[in-house]
Amino acid sequence: MKLYVPRDAAARGLGADEVADAIMAQAAARGVTVEIVRNGSRGMVWLEPLVEVVTDAGRLAFGPMTPADVPALFGDLTQHPKALGLTDALPWMQKQTRLTFARVGVIDPLSLADYEQHGGLVGLRRALGMDSAAIVAEVTESGLRGRGGAGFPTGIKWKTVAEAKADQKYIVCNADEGDSGTFADRMVMEGDPFTLIEGMAIAGIATGATRGYVYLRSEYPDAIEVMTEAVAIARKAGVLGASVLGSGHAFDMDIRTGAGAYVCGEETSLLNSLEGKRGVVRAKPPLPALQGFLGKPTVVNNVISLATIPVILERGAAFYKDFGLGRSRGTIPLQIAGNVKHGGLFEVAFGLTLGEIVDGIAGGTATGKPVKAVQVGGPLGAYFPRTLFDTPFGYEEFGAKEGLIGHAGLVVFDDSADMLKQARFAMEFCAIESCGKCTPCRIGAVRGVETVDRIAKGDAAAIPLLTDLCNTMKSGSLCALGGFTPYPVMSALTHFPDDFAPAMKEAAE
Amino acid sequence: MTQTSTEIAARVGEILNAHEGMEGPLLPILHAIQHAYGYVPRDALPIIAKRLNLTRAEVHGVMSFYHDFREDPAGRHVLKLCRAEACQAMGADRVAAHAQNRLGIEWHQTTKDGQITLEPVFCLGLCACAPAALVDGKVVGRVDEARLDAIIEGVR
Repeated sequence: MKLYVPRDAAARGLGADEVADAIMAQAAARGVTVEIVRNGSRGMVWLEPLVEVVTDAGRLAFGPMTPADVPALFGDLTQHPKALGLTDALPWMQKQTRLTFARVGVIDPLSLADYEQHGGLVGLRRALGMDSAAIVAEVTESGLRGRGGAGFPTGIKWKTVAEAKADQKYIVCNADEGDSGTFADRMVMEGDPFTLIEGMAIAGIATGATRGYVYLRSEYPDAIEVMTEAVAIARKAGVLGASVLGSGHAFDMDIRTGAGAYVCGEETSLLNSLEGKRGVVRAKPPLPALQGFLGKPTVVNNVISLATIPVILERGAAFYKDFGLGRSRGTIPLQIAGNVKHGGLFEVAFGLTLGEIVDGIAGGTATGKPVKAVQVGGPLGAYFPRTLFDTPFGYEEFGAKEGLIGHAGLVVFDDSADMLKQARFAMEFCAIESCGKCTPCRIGAVRGVETVDRIAKGDAAAIPLLTDLCNTMKSGSLCALGGFTPYPVMSALTHFPDDFAPAMKEAAE
Repeated sequence: MTQTSTEIAARVGEILNAHEGMEGPLLPILHAIQHAYGYVPRDALPIIAKRLNLTRAEVHGVMSFYHDFREDPAGRHVLKLCRAEACQAMGADRVAAHAQNRLGIEWHQTTKDGQITLEPVFCLGLCACAPAALVDGKVVGRVDEARLDAIIEGVR
């Protein structure tokens, strides 16, 4: 009997380890031989721990499982109270286009053989037969843009590094996924680590970089464990090292752990942190592509950008580019979170409207109350009201509504949310996490908290002051932390003015 | 328990040797020292500074920049509660207030019996099963008041 029990952090946080132990104990008591594969998550977090049993018809899903549900797995599976049917036939899976996440939840994350059986290393082998310029052109042609949030064309960044002359170049993977509501990086690293390794190796060959680092946040202990082990396996198998797959191209990489600073998700402060310095933002120029890690030309890409490279090289730029809308090409792994009935990871072509995602895919709130606001793109993203639910999911489309898609996390709030409180939190968070380099962010965020508190006490004169402060932070900050904190603040103020109205606040007190 | 400075010099020296030749070694060194001691002893800073050819102020500056590094030992168990937006949407503020009441401490404090240190954390990536917590490095999802009480009972 072969079963899959996820080792994904969300599944473990909901009791997957206890379920796996119960399966082993039950099997031993019954004298049945079982093989348990600890896979990644299929992304249906509301069904975790989701156990799969391999049958002749395919993989059958059961969830959410508890240890008490385990004995019935050894009886008639069709009668199991948690039976969901074939995993691949579930509506959540059927409606997706899984390119970056094709293997996540399907394979054993630490089996290189399993990885290769599911299309792994095809992209890298193809890249090894191409010249550097052709690989870069393929990535540019695919239309892939930085999935960390900035949306900069990946191919153009690579071209700059490829054409720079230096004795040493680097590939740095930004795995400092600090935005609330996002977990795609974590899921891919825990569920399919070799795809990130392969993507980094391709980036190295395309740009002439021979060393790589993954800067992985310390808040992800499970991802650190899986990635560290995967790098060791890849090195032993010759995927990494002095001659990648015997090609003569050198590329090797290491995992580095962050230390709890949100601002290190910003690429220049990440580079400083990687160098062993305070995670203070650097002014640009010089671009990291020319003077990055230790002053050398460096590609800094998000996990999802790099993990998408193998499928682009495997299936071709045109295949990838065919998905999407406008200038947002390909697929985007949506992360649906917060107060939702059906939360998790849903990879789909760009272009669904916010309403289709929140009311349709997520099924509304977990509490059953009406949706009041959706924060898209992390703590620096705007709060969208229901009136903007017709906005299609794309970089430019969200920008046009004074918002951003960021790393594609969506946090849903029901009607109990107080938007003034959320605006205050945005400023408070910026004050805590500011690196201190530029004044609008360092001082502005502190003054922002005070100004929101004045509004809360009924001082209407503080509202234009808050607007003015937000303008200063937006145009005067060095990086996105101070520059984008105005998005959640101003969107809360603009779309939910009642929560900032003095009369209502006084009546409530 | 206090560490003698000679013991620290020897152990930190070993850690520094293990990081010889590494590019940008300071964060990995601080992590390794914290892993060994549970915090970064003050006496370790001048030793690191000398080996990396930095000033003691620079090492202190790096260490104090990051939330993870401790100057003093934590309690026997560390309970981190996520305070970010997705968890807020599912009642994290209420659960945090309950934790503070129950333990009789504020953020960054340790209970009088030295058992539990309470810390805020901003996102554990468990945003679709919020509110989330990290108990001695182990993730826990859907933490309501009852589950939190069970966690506290479990470690005490």
